[in-house]
Amino acid sequence: MTADAFTRLSRRQLAWCAAQAIPDGSYVNLGIGVPTLCANVMPADREIVLHSENGVLGFGPAPAAGEEDRDLINASKEFITMKPGGAYFVHTDAFVMIRGGHLDLALLGAFEVSGDGDLANWTTGDRRFPPGVGGAMDLAVGAKAVWVLTEHTTKKGEPKIVDTCKYPLTAPKVVRKIFTDLAEIDVTPSGLVVRAMVEGLTLPALQELTEPKLTLADDCRVLSAPAA
Amino acid sequence: MVSLRFGAELRMAIDKIVPGVAEAVAGIESGMTIMISGFGFAGVPNDLIHGVLDLGVSDLTVISNNAGTGTEGLAALMGSGRVRRIICSYPRSKGSDNFDARYAAGEIELELVPQGTLSERMRAAAAGVGGFYSPTSVGTDLAAGKEVRTIDGRDYVLEMPLRADVALVQAQKADRWGNLVYSKAARNFGPVMAMAADLTIVQAKEIVPLGGLDPEVIVTPSVFVDRVVHIDNDREWDI
Repeated sequence: MTADAFTRLSRRQLAWCAAQAIPDGSYVNLGIGVPTLCANVMPADREIVLHSENGVLGFGPAPAAGEEDRDLINASKEFITMKPGGAYFVHTDAFVMIRGGHLDLALLGAFEVSGDGDLANWTTGDRRFPPGVGGAMDLAVGAKAVWVLTEHTTKKGEPKIVDTCKYPLTAPKVVRKIFTDLAEIDVTPSGLVVRAMVEGLTLPALQELTEPKLTLADDCRVLSAPAA
Repeated sequence: MVSLRFGAELRMAIDKIVPGVAEAVAGIESGMTIMISGFGFAGVPNDLIHGVLDLGVSDLTVISNNAGTGTEGLAALMGSGRVRRIICSYPRSKGSDNFDARYAAGEIELELVPQGTLSERMRAAAAGVGGFYSPTSVGTDLAAGKEVRTIDGRDYVLEMPLRADVALVQAQKADRWGNLVYSKAARNFGPVMAMAADLTIVQAKEIVPLGGLDPEVIVTPSVFVDRVVHIDNDREWDI
């Protein structure tokens, strides 16, 4: 087996790529996992208002060491900072924003995504690992658009983008776009369309790591992010 | 407490402030359902939780977003064997070993509820609403057995109110009537739990005089609160 001719993005780079794709002026929820990293790599020239399910709107990046506030955390229970214009509110209002369709975008992690946008990210069914739904089901049906941020394959190298989810669904047919450590893929009515791939990766090589059929966009770009 | 006001007129002043944790949790009994505020380590009423543990009550149902991490607070309650059932959205986290072990051994029942459904069910109970239809969980295992209704072409599942005998809530400031304000993301479930329980017990970091909270910024109005205990320690819990 030959060595890969491409390099996978780090989690931070993956977050960076997704963050750069968020339209100016958007209200965006960051879910547990890779998505919460986006707050640290948001484009500086846009006003994007970040929402966290635990009652925070308008937060910023992680604080400097020593500046942590135990009352100020995100959905992943990591320390955050507030931006001018930010607000705190009760959990019910956080989910009024989510379920009521007031957020433009939700970025979520995934165990599996299917070719038609089914999302599975709350349980593996293994009793040693209790299930955790959190706000995922509310976000999946409530946000105006759902993007998934995930590694392209499992730790064992198996595809996470699959024909049919094996794990129980979080919501059917909700995912619009998938950012992985290898590619940016749109979920469209005519199937999965590759919008960008990391340098050196070919469509056949990406297809080997993906169950549903992939189509290359005419203007497919190189997916890259600053190092570190 | 009796005080004199308006000249000779005798009136009962409202004073919900109790001297200590023991007085705050007095009357909590085995078999009760207890809401506990907090999200992760923010806004958890750790002193009240340990007050409940000290009571020795058991067969409890706990409603809280998480199931505790580390060894103290919610994790201590989960590890104690006094909790029969937990209703929460996200029990597993780094350090949730106490819950994980009880769950794996089949020693604790878990009702997993989507977080927005959890908070809205509390709000429904608080508001006297007999349930609501939500699009959350439609087409998933968590909607199993629930009534599905199509409204304006979209499917919804029927969710029922969720109340409790007791709510344990952590707040930043309180006055003697029980008006509350919170601190940042430590607010989370506090205000809705305070509304959804028969007996709402608050631990507040600071007690201010009546009138010391601007009516425009009070988050939980006093009508929802029954007892307040002043807990100003800043000790870092293992949670």
